[in-house]
Amino acid sequence: MLEKVLFLLCLTPALAQEPCFPGSSHAYKVRISIKTALGNQAYVWNDNEMYLFRAAMAFALRSYHNGQEFNVSNIMVCNETPRVSFWFVVSSPENSSVLLKKGDVENAIRKSRNRINGAFLLTDQTLEFIDIPPTLAAPVMPVTPPWLIVFGVVMGAVGAGIIFLLVSSLVQSKRKKNKKTLDEDREDMRGIENGLGCDNLGGVYNTTFSDGDKFTPM
Amino acid sequence: MKLKIRLPNPGLDDRIPSHKDLEDMEKQEAADRPQWDNKAQYLLTCVGFCVGLGNVWRFPYLCQSHGGGAFMIPFLFLLIFEGIPLLYLEFAIGQRLRKGSVAVWTAINPYLAGVGIASMCVSFLVGMYYNTIIAWVMWYFFHSFQSPLPWSQCPLNDNRTGLVSECKRSSSIDYFWYRETLNTSETIDVSGGLQWWMVLCLFCAWAVLYICCIRGIETTGKAVYITSTLPYVVLTIFLIRGLTLKGSVDGIKFLFTPRVKELMNPSVWLDAGAQVFYSFSLAFGGLISFSSYNPVHNNCEQDAVIIGIINGCTSVFAATVVYSIIGFRATEQFNTCLNENILMLLNAFDLAEGTITETNYDEMLRMLNSTTSGFDTIQGLDLSTCNLETFLSDGVEGTGLAFIVFTEAITKMPVSPLWSVLFFIMLFCLGLSTMFGAIEGVVVPLQDLKIFPKKCPKEALSGIVCLLSFMIALIFCLRSGNYWLVLFDSYAGSVPLLIIAFCEMTAVAYIYGIDRFNKDIEFMIGHKPNIFWQAMWRLVSPLIVFVIFVFYFITKVNAELTYISWNPNSANFPILEILTYPKWVYIVIFILAGVPSLLIPGVALFQLFQRCCCKRNMYK
Repeated sequence: MLEKVLFLLCLTPALAQEPCFPGSSHAYKVRISIKTALGNQAYVWNDNEMYLFRAAMAFALRSYHNGQEFNVSNIMVCNETPRVSFWFVVSSPENSSVLLKKGDVENAIRKSRNRINGAFLLTDQTLEFIDIPPTLAAPVMPVTPPWLIVFGVVMGAVGAGIIFLLVSSLVQSKRKKNKKTLDEDREDMRGIENGLGCDNLGGVYNTTFSDGDKFTPM
Repeated sequence: MKLKIRLPNPGLDDRIPSHKDLEDMEKQEAADRPQWDNKAQYLLTCVGFCVGLGNVWRFPYLCQSHGGGAFMIPFLFLLIFEGIPLLYLEFAIGQRLRKGSVAVWTAINPYLAGVGIASMCVSFLVGMYYNTIIAWVMWYFFHSFQSPLPWSQCPLNDNRTGLVSECKRSSSIDYFWYRETLNTSETIDVSGGLQWWMVLCLFCAWAVLYICCIRGIETTGKAVYITSTLPYVVLTIFLIRGLTLKGSVDGIKFLFTPRVKELMNPSVWLDAGAQVFYSFSLAFGGLISFSSYNPVHNNCEQDAVIIGIINGCTSVFAATVVYSIIGFRATEQFNTCLNENILMLLNAFDLAEGTITETNYDEMLRMLNSTTSGFDTIQGLDLSTCNLETFLSDGVEGTGLAFIVFTEAITKMPVSPLWSVLFFIMLFCLGLSTMFGAIEGVVVPLQDLKIFPKKCPKEALSGIVCLLSFMIALIFCLRSGNYWLVLFDSYAGSVPLLIIAFCEMTAVAYIYGIDRFNKDIEFMIGHKPNIFWQAMWRLVSPLIVFVIFVFYFITKVNAELTYISWNPNSANFPILEILTYPKWVYIVIFILAGVPSLLIPGVALFQLFQRCCCKRNMYK
């Protein structure tokens, strides 16, 4: 903090000559993190890349201000650090001593942010314009939330299963009931004497030769 | 010195089938009592009942916080001296008397019917809140079929200028759990309304449970082939995946590094005992019921030992998997923390990228600190201290582990939806197979108590139980539902179970008679239980359960009744706020813990009263 203030004080005499200085009301700070974004495939930041940056800025301003022909010479860069951070100011194409207001520059950058990022294979987080927050992408909301679809599938399967099981047990119990009444009818028809039921072979069951029965043997 | 205490128990022989009756029943293959299709079904059902969510989210936390690898010593000790004997006892008594829990205790002595009824009540209460956890698991499962996972990003606020404030201040994982899933209120007093999405998930959970339990073990026996085996498959997959992730071995090392000094602390032994006890799902009545469907000469001693060992091994296996994932997560958090610091330093000093890396961070920091201007800059930066140990010991248990820690770790893995689906299917199966035992512990006693007419089909009875539980469990779908669930978990499933288990052991050892029990086991499996089992049943296991009960009771009674709440308006947000319960919670606690426990003496007194009245009426 102290550093920056000292730096500014030293630069004040130079203000008259240089329009681009850190902390200027017309300047933006840019911070680039190539290694973070690209890892092994990181390219080296050199003057050519800086030229591309200035060209991209000019493009952004041209797209925003339809008609005004910005050139690379209108973008002035200063204070480059090994971090790869620097400050830049934009001058008007008609009058090179007039600097563009921050608001105009910001809107231009915002409009073409994706294109600028694409030129450097970077993202909003790795190509930072300090004080310009990245625009947030609107989340894609499907018409039916996907969880309801899965829920519907599961409930449908479970419901079908429950109905199937209930119906099958109803059918089974009805069959058992029918079989029972059928057997009872058959026994009735064979005739019951002495209160004894007959077996399926027909005839009267002779209790004399039965064993383990509950009735008094004859 | 043998303890030959045996309390008088007239009429026991009339109430229970004799050995000859059992042989006849075996030959006849009585059709009115359900049977297992094969031994595998029985073992899988018991393993499924015992192995539950606690093995995944309680044991790893206990293991790590109570001495790491050294925790195995008390755990194994209590497994052998408390868990397996109790398991053997429940299996043997169920197989011998061939009835559900209420009928078994009534047959031993009519005054003991309260033990069975208390088991039924506890099974009912625990079943209600346990299935709600399954409903939460299903909610996360339904949301796992999208990429990116919904809990990996914060939603935007209304005017699309930034993220929702609550989410930004905490994290997307916390926000999804506390706001979008639970929509939790600030205190338990503010009940809020029913959350329709939770009601749908709860209905789905009970419907799935109903379809699996609709005909008793006829249907659960088929379901367990999947619900009991799938968790092991998924755990193995996660272990292999976890070991390939960076940092997982640190997690496993952290878990198992023994700290033998911790064993001096008695609470380690008590927690181990409690964990073994609850992990085996004893005293719910479900195990007695499941064993009663076995053939008479089934080797229940072997079963008890096998299931005990499987349960113990599953706990250790699950702990390994969980901590490999926690190790990965902690390493990721550590790296993120470190990289943030590095970025701040690079930006502040305008150094080129790559000058400060993870390896030379410390020495670079020292070098930058050595100049006065550097020191001042660094002070102004507010760097956070990054310590891997801190991230690893961010020990979470319970729902926090599953829905916050693990879900966060999953978002960092490639192909997250797949891991999420697998993880929640595993939790679902673990919970569902435990619910089978709980439902069995409610439905069969209801049949024994003859509350419903005998002609009532099993489908209708299960349906009534599921519907009733669903309607009462709607309380957990309120905005304050999570606080109610924690209340149920702390009181319904803790103290009453210990009392019931203690009563079970004393009943079998001293009222049924250990001699008779030994002869029964000799009849069933061919040899008498040896001196080890005798000592356990008569003395050691009841003593251990008694000690744990006293400890638990004293802790609960002395503890300040507080709970933690999620309050976005609190000063320390996102740290959870500690609040005290309101006064009416005492009534709820009494209903949850007091009523089942008091049923045991209550029903005994009621029976006594009935007999006295009857006798008086007879003599009038």
